[in-house]
Amino acid sequence: MSALPSNNPYLPMVAEVVDQMEEAPDIVTLRLRLTEPHERDAYRFEPGQFNMLYLGRVGEVPISISSDPAEPELIDHTIRAVGRVTEGLVRLREGDKVGLRGPFGTGWPMQKAKDRNLLVITGGIGCAPTASVVGYAHERRDQYGKVTVLHGVRQPRDLIYGNRFDAWCDAKDTQCLFASQESGPNWKWHLGLVTELLDQVEPEAIEGMIMMCGPEPMMRAVAEELLRRGRPIDDIYLSMERSMQCGLGHCGHCQYGPDFICKDGPVFPYARVRKLMKVKGY
Amino acid sequence: MDTAFMPKEGLDDLIRQLADSGYRVFGPTVRAGAVVFDRVDSAAQLPVGLASVQEPGRYRLEESGNRRFFDFVNGHESLKRFTFASQEKLWSFSADGTFQSGLSESPRTAVIGARACDIAGMKVQDRTFLKGKHSPHTDPYYADRRRNLFVVAVNCTVCVSTCFCASQNAGPMAEDGFDISLTELEDGFVVETGSAAGEAIAAKLDLIPPKGARERAEESIKACAQAQVRYIDNDGIYELLFNNLEHPRWDDVAERCLSCANCVMVCPTCFCHREVEVPSMDGTGSDHVRQWDACFTLEHGSTHGRHLRPEVRQRYRQWLTHKVGAWWEQFETSGCVGCGRCITWCPTGIDLTEEIAAIRDQPGEKAS
Ligand SMILES: Cc1cc2nc3c(=O)[nH]c(=O)nc-3n(C[C@H](O)[C@H](O)[C@H](O)COP(=O)(O)OP(=O)(O)OC[C@H]3O[C@@H](n4cnc5c(N)ncnc54)[C@H](O)[C@@H]3O)c2cc1C
Ligand code: SF4
Ligand code: SF4
Ligand code: FES
Repeated sequence: MSALPSNNPYLPMVAEVVDQMEEAPDIVTLRLRLTEPHERDAYRFEPGQFNMLYLGRVGEVPISISSDPAEPELIDHTIRAVGRVTEGLVRLREGDKVGLRGPFGTGWPMQKAKDRNLLVITGGIGCAPTASVVGYAHERRDQYGKVTVLHGVRQPRDLIYGNRFDAWCDAKDTQCLFASQESGPNWKWHLGLVTELLDQVEPEAIEGMIMMCGPEPMMRAVAEELLRRGRPIDDIYLSMERSMQCGLGHCGHCQYGPDFICKDGPVFPYARVRKLMKVKGY
Repeated sequence: MDTAFMPKEGLDDLIRQLADSGYRVFGPTVRAGAVVFDRVDSAAQLPVGLASVQEPGRYRLEESGNRRFFDFVNGHESLKRFTFASQEKLWSFSADGTFQSGLSESPRTAVIGARACDIAGMKVQDRTFLKGKHSPHTDPYYADRRRNLFVVAVNCTVCVSTCFCASQNAGPMAEDGFDISLTELEDGFVVETGSAAGEAIAAKLDLIPPKGARERAEESIKACAQAQVRYIDNDGIYELLFNNLEHPRWDDVAERCLSCANCVMVCPTCFCHREVEVPSMDGTGSDHVRQWDACFTLEHGSTHGRHLRPEVRQRYRQWLTHKVGAWWEQFETSGCVGCGRCITWCPTGIDLTEEIAAIRDQPGEKAS
């Protein structure tokens, strides 16, 4: 895992917005570049890791890195405006500056997944942590098998990563399927739960490495269904979300049984979190 | 240095020598009916002749009937406030877009009267805040205060009803982690040193050979351990608690718990903190500040629009299962050093040792 370039891990580095791409009405990808050359040179990350982004005078929030690790000088963050900090971040323009600390946490098991199919399952409104997986495999097409993306939403209008999904669906050896629990105008995909999409994909897709992010009940339902279908638990990985304020394993907000999600996760093998995920309010 | 003896009057000299060596000297003093650490320049400011009566939800200072300095055992403060500030600026942000570290060399500070459990608590926090086997990052703010702290330990020869350090292997005698340690007897103190800094101070004191004092001190420390009535059975406690996350006892304790977070604030090992932004009045920069936080607050685990642990039952469970259970997995030690503070200072007298025992007596179904 990459070391922090700063010896005070609480102190942000300065990063500049070099590009700003609108993905959907309230979702923006900020492309950041560290301003200090030595910090920029030392910065490396893995897909699945996150940074703490600081907006001047407002606060600091955890945001996944959505770009490719082969280009560590340009660090993309796909941000959905939901509150004080994120609403400010999506309004930044080229040349604006933010604070950045990171990268933090564990990445997706991309080495272990080599030469295998990838089954990426996401839910709800956000799917930022898994965007890096799909992008990573697409950049290294010969190293991975078929990529299958299953995405479940509650209602059609939650399907907001429109452009990104379109690009994925068009890519070689990639299949995307969607499910919505509620119907809506022009909904041409499956009506129901994301677990039901498992019946609509080819069997080899399900044999792949499984990587999930989204609401915990959804991830649990999918994981348990896959186990029922005989998939080994060691092939199932998921990314967890909690309140995070330090990213260092010091502030305690992401405490989860024997783990801090910020440093022992956010990507976990399902076996590590299975028991606790059953417990409401843990 | 070999074990030595310091007559009672030597305590004044110790305070003076520490001050002359450049330390801010803190010692136990009485404020608002409780013992707290405050600046001292003479032994006369210490709680001489006082003992504390502590029970679940109760703390009273009473005449001890003797002239000893340290029979009060402890107050609500541990060493934590000296190493992990309850509020501090981490950094500030300027209008020009730069960051300035809030880190500044902390003053050299000597604390007289740290108990074995307080030192044990500090060593538990070291595992969170200092880089090593259990933590990938050093917290430089903590590390700086820790480095500039001089600890004068006092081994306990009396205990109160809420103490159970012996069961947590955390006392009543401090084995290490101090610069100087004292054990109080009627006529003076048995003195040991635990560091080069401690040696340097001890060399300036009028010390005499201990003769039989060391044996007398060991006897009274042992008697203190034997007098403790509470304990935690730590055998398999992680599995016990995590197999009983739906135990009815969590509902039971939730009816008594006010979720006030007193227990967290007094605990020497609790490390949670929140980071807050304090924008400057002139509208240019801001300070990024951290403050102690507690898993008993509704906001602690909450993310935008979602309260993770809305019920008190879930919050008490989060605290206890981490403190005495998951801590073992995470830090290879219990998060409880048996200081008894959370029992004494709980307004409704909740006793964690009782809560654990209740779950152990009637464990629920073993989870798969
Ligand atoms: C590991 C990780 C990766 C994430 N990656 C992304 C991403 O790539 N894109 C994206 O849009 N969002 C991501 N999030 C969620 C994002 O951090 C929150 O949306 C953001 O913190 C909301 O802050 P706010 O000030 O805008 O909202 P407010 O509701 O005003 O938040 C108030 C405070 O609550 C806390 N908080 C609120 N929501 C969350 C949350 N979900 N997680 C942690 N703390 C929270 C923050 O401390 C925040 O300052 C990620 C979260 C985690 C834990
Ligand atoms: S849990 Fe209670 S008894 Fe144990 S160290 Fe903390 S305050 Fe002391
Ligand atoms: S256990 Fe006692 S001290 Fe702790 S939060 Fe509950 S009422 Fe407050
Ligand atoms: S975010 Fe602070 S401990 Fe994980």
